[in-house]
Amino acid sequence: MGTLVRGALSALYVGSARKCRTLLFDRRRLFSADVIGPSPHSEHAGTAAVGHGDDELYCRLYRTHIPTSPVQKALLAAGSGVAALLDPYRHDMVAVLGETTGELALRRLRDRMRGDPEGYQILQERPRIRVSTLDLERLGAMPDGSFGREYLRFLDENGVTPDSRADVKFVDDEELAFVIQRYREVHDLMHTLLGMPTNMLGEVVVKWFEAVQTGLPMCILGAVLGPLRLSARRLQLLTATLIPWALRNGMNAHCLLNVYYEQRWEQSLESLREELGIEPPPQL
Amino acid sequence: MPSSSRKGAPKDPEAADLFFKEDPVELFSDLHEIGHGSFGAVYFVSKCIRTVYKVFENVAQKYDVMNDAMSLGIHRLWKDALMHLMSPTPGTLLLDVAGGTGDISFRFLDYIRSRQDREARRDTLSRQSASWQEITEAYQPGQSDTQGGVQAVVCDINKEMLKVGRQRAADRGYGTGLSWVVGNAEELPFDNDKFDFYTIAFGIRNVTHIDQALQEAHRVLKPGGRFLCLEFSRVSNPLLSRVYDAYSFQLIPVLGEVIAGDWKSYQYLVESIRRFPDQEEFKAMIEDAGFFKVQFHNLTGGVVSIHSGFKL
Repeated sequence: MGTLVRGALSALYVGSARKCRTLLFDRRRLFSADVIGPSPHSEHAGTAAVGHGDDELYCRLYRTHIPTSPVQKALLAAGSGVAALLDPYRHDMVAVLGETTGELALRRLRDRMRGDPEGYQILQERPRIRVSTLDLERLGAMPDGSFGREYLRFLDENGVTPDSRADVKFVDDEELAFVIQRYREVHDLMHTLLGMPTNMLGEVVVKWFEAVQTGLPMCILGAVLGPLRLSARRLQLLTATLIPWALRNGMNAHCLLNVYYEQRWEQSLESLREELGIEPPPQL
Repeated sequence: MPSSSRKGAPKDPEAADLFFKEDPVELFSDLHEIGHGSFGAVYFVSKCIRTVYKVFENVAQKYDVMNDAMSLGIHRLWKDALMHLMSPTPGTLLLDVAGGTGDISFRFLDYIRSRQDREARRDTLSRQSASWQEITEAYQPGQSDTQGGVQAVVCDINKEMLKVGRQRAADRGYGTGLSWVVGNAEELPFDNDKFDFYTIAFGIRNVTHIDQALQEAHRVLKPGGRFLCLEFSRVSNPLLSRVYDAYSFQLIPVLGEVIAGDWKSYQYLVESIRRFPDQEEFKAMIEDAGFFKVQFHNLTGGVVSIHSGFKL
């Protein structure tokens, strides 16, 4: 019954998004609503409030949503692909590429999540991994070898923070937007589980793993093009040991989006790896 | 009447997210209260000052790249056309409002310099047997300073844009002759009757009260001074209009996202162009401000239009 209701709701969202897209480009309506808009917390609060912050008019399905036409999506996909290739530090472009090309893969992922009890719970409860939601002190106090402690160690050693993920903007379905947001937030946890650092080599290995697990075109592209920037020695190491390991594990392991990590901090890393079907990582 | 500083605790925490929590009086002009309740007050806002500032703060660094990308380089031709229409002579003083990155002012200085060079060359040619004194004078670099070397004043509400402009000026060697001033087009920090030319290129549509900006323009110009405005306008040809609309709405926000990482600022840009009055309406507004012989010249089929008027 629950799934039926959710299905109906998501169909409504998609339907209304399509209907609203035609309204969006009806210019006469665009300027009729000069009312203060919602979304005060985004950095673009100012621009959103100028004359047309009306949610219905823009059919914003979630706070950071920007509705786009198919033409715009195609242009965005092409443009962000080029921008990401030219400047690999444009993480926002990689994110946009993922969003505009990933609709099919996201649907499949969402269905897999619905089919799994833990995944379904995640879809219901919508947990977010952010500095504000994580209790870093509690994680630090955990014993060595526990998942929470190792995750914190990973964040410290690599100098990353869970808050650096871009917001989802161009996905026209609110549930799928959560799925891709969850995928982004779980990325660091994947690094911890796979034992891979955040240098170029580690990132490529994780991308191969993700490409098999999620099927997102952006992951596949990153996996194929990433090795081009590696030195010959690293490339050799990659092709000889790491890629086969990543592929094997990607195919055999449990879907990593179906793991409710927030309930597993106390579990030891080894036992978690065993449960998920991840072999111990090769030494780099 | 509820004061704007009163903040009632929102009853529904989910709905609380929808309400703008900052003091509206500081951010918006023209507040008309249309209702109030325990959550606070609801205001109808016709325009927002701070929004425009924030848009350009974000945009300043990538402004020139975006201009080239959006107009496919044609904006340079538009600005050249403005300069040819202006045909300034040496010794005149320009006020370039909303001229942040300096495009118009640089062209102004170039035009005057080339004019001076031409005159100097004509002079030396005509002077076949001049005294050595006259020849030395002819070889002096052209002076035409008014106000202690300043020929053009660039005024912008946004410091970031001026910073970028000053950097560009230094890179291109426009040392003297330029002055950079922070100011609001609706309330210019200059005395009456000071400038020979007032230009505003692609800036007036971002001004909250266009009539006030026009009145200020009239005030600071000398009698005989010329007002020039280069701005996006209405395309009359229906076919070109549809192509232009498709291009604007589909491509420009995408370019903004890819190049500057900012979709919403460029969506705002495209919409502000559509909101701006058309050629005849704007001409009437300029006449209302007291200008005479107001004309407009359409460029690129009306995508852009140069309005000009004289203060007599």
